[in-house]
Amino acid sequence: MSNEANIQRTLRRGLVVGVLMFGFGFALVPLYDIICEVAGINGKTSTTAYQGASVVDESREVRVIFMSVNGGSMPWRFRPETTEMTVTPGKVYETAYLAENMTSRDLVAQAVPSVSPGYAAVHMNKIECFCFEQQPLAGGEDTRMPLRFMVDADLPDSVRAITLNYTLFDITDKVVGETAAR
Amino acid sequence: MSAVIDNHTHDHHGPKKGFMRWILTTNHKDIGAMYLWFSFAMFFVGGAFALVIRSELFQPGLQMVEPEFFNQMTTMHGLIMVFGAVMPAFVGLANWLIPVMIGAPDMALPRLNNWSFWLLPFSFAILLSSLFMEGGGANYGWTFYAPLSTTYAPPSVTFFIFAMHLMGVSSIMGSINIIATIFNMRAPGMTLMKMPMFVWSWLITSYLLVAVIPVLAGVITMMLMDINFGTSFFDAAGGGDPVLFQHVFWFFGHPEVYIMILPAFGIVSHIIPAFARKTLFGYSSMVYATSSIAFLSFIVWAHHMFTVGIPLVGELFFMYATMLIAVPTGVKVFNWVTTMFRGSMTFETPMLFAIAFVVLFTIGGFSGLMLAVAPADFQYHDTYFVVAHFHYVLVPGAIFAIFAAMYYWLPKMTGNMYPEWLGKLHFWLSFVGMNLTFFPMHFIGLAGMPRRIPDYNMQFADFNMVASVGAFAFGITQLIFLAVVVITIRGGKKAEAKSWEGADGLEWSLPSPAPYHSFSTPPEVK
Repeated sequence: MSNEANIQRTLRRGLVVGVLMFGFGFALVPLYDIICEVAGINGKTSTTAYQGASVVDESREVRVIFMSVNGGSMPWRFRPETTEMTVTPGKVYETAYLAENMTSRDLVAQAVPSVSPGYAAVHMNKIECFCFEQQPLAGGEDTRMPLRFMVDADLPDSVRAITLNYTLFDITDKVVGETAAR
Repeated sequence: MSAVIDNHTHDHHGPKKGFMRWILTTNHKDIGAMYLWFSFAMFFVGGAFALVIRSELFQPGLQMVEPEFFNQMTTMHGLIMVFGAVMPAFVGLANWLIPVMIGAPDMALPRLNNWSFWLLPFSFAILLSSLFMEGGGANYGWTFYAPLSTTYAPPSVTFFIFAMHLMGVSSIMGSINIIATIFNMRAPGMTLMKMPMFVWSWLITSYLLVAVIPVLAGVITMMLMDINFGTSFFDAAGGGDPVLFQHVFWFFGHPEVYIMILPAFGIVSHIIPAFARKTLFGYSSMVYATSSIAFLSFIVWAHHMFTVGIPLVGELFFMYATMLIAVPTGVKVFNWVTTMFRGSMTFETPMLFAIAFVVLFTIGGFSGLMLAVAPADFQYHDTYFVVAHFHYVLVPGAIFAIFAAMYYWLPKMTGNMYPEWLGKLHFWLSFVGMNLTFFPMHFIGLAGMPRRIPDYNMQFADFNMVASVGAFAFGITQLIFLAVVVITIRGGKKAEAKSWEGADGLEWSLPSPAPYHSFSTPPEVK
């Protein structure tokens, strides 16, 4: 019966659509990152060091406010060396974050940056950042983690202040898990 | 040769005897009935959970349950009502009605149909069993936002994920079956634009289901991997993003809310013409409006997340796109009202529920429009105003439509008329109870009471007490409906083939009750 064949065809097509949409759900993950990066939204900064240079714009100054947050049950003491700087767009500045492992265990941390307002994130160029790498720290020790950055001159005039926040996560379990797996 | 033919006729004579009939059945009416009974059972389970919530919220302070258990109740109430009560009820009606509405002998894939149904009891048994597990059941809200459902979830979350996967497979199979039936099994002469509205609304709903349930499957699979296999889809520490969860979830979630209302639109488009004794006003505009709503549902999801910090352009886009949905929805409401206009209306129970649907669903639509305004949403977000809104579209929307459908087609299903006075009593008590429960929630929401919290400030006390009284009234009233269904199955005034004077459609050309096998030779549609 040809109707039977038609039904089978509809069934196959339906299943293909289902499988494709399952894949689409996963495709949303890289798509989300790409859209955020291209559109410069979500306050995510680049995860690699900035290479280029920028024109210096002496005509204005921008406040940069530094913040720190401990993610989840992260036991380190974690704070910015300076909480605020006034910078000239196009010039390179250096500051640092201070971390102290308050436990007796060796831990590994990962700092995740976030910039507010979100659309300023693409103009926050980091030449050197502790957030590019995992930060191991032995129990009881402390460290000074340097940050070199430059706010580029293309920053919209409406932005007078940028808040740069780092959330520090304890990723010891994940790192240990990976090493054990290798 | 003749022996084979004999065997053939005997096998298809009537239902099998005994309990195995229900396990082995491939008959669309049997499976439809099982879906409906299953959803009815889940409706009472979910309702019992709601009453636990309302008892706790009767007064400020903590008196009935622990906050941890309260969280499980809000979560389970949502999950059970959405996936266990409303969706299976519509699928059950689809199973029962679509073949008899389009003149088909059965669903296109009867054995798949059996499988679709029988996954559900197992799915929800697993979900409910998580309540008795160590660490408790699902407690992260029906939206199960990460990291609540990943990093901070109880160990039972894996059972929740498995249950959702089973439910999803069931839904996808069920909707593919409906698409296959509608496309390949229509009686000769029934073109797409001659299909009954319920069939149209289910065709569109099926597409939504096939498109978005796999995305739900994707997001819970990501959760599973984050929890058990060390990935970081939603974990910022590993480079993931919790906000991503909300995007993927609501990409599924917003079409999902239309999955729960489009079949209701179809049902009401049958009942209002029948009791206004006029044909449906603007049939083709109804079809296009339903399709537009379905299309728009894919591009509005971020209106659930206005407060997570999306850029201004995004807020504006999602705000306007959301408001755009009011246009096709408005078309539908105007069509229903115009159908009633100057009709010879009578007010039997199905019509009462259908009119209440139009009025109360519109109220829910308007509060939805308020929530769509991005700047205003910052005040409403996560308050009882949102709870009031979605209960106004789901209780007198989806559930009243299901009641209306049951009263309207029960004579066709059972062969008996239901006791009209009991139906009307059920309607009026439901109507009063429902409004008493959910209307005050608008006010306490605007005043700032957050949702999903077991305790509240003294200033919200009186309205909460009213809502709790209403909830118990509404809940207990539903036992009347159970009584109506049982009484009607067991006997009553015999129903005619065309049980309602103004009823229109192929299903009314069958005798009441509809024979076990109907339309073995397809009818001619002119």
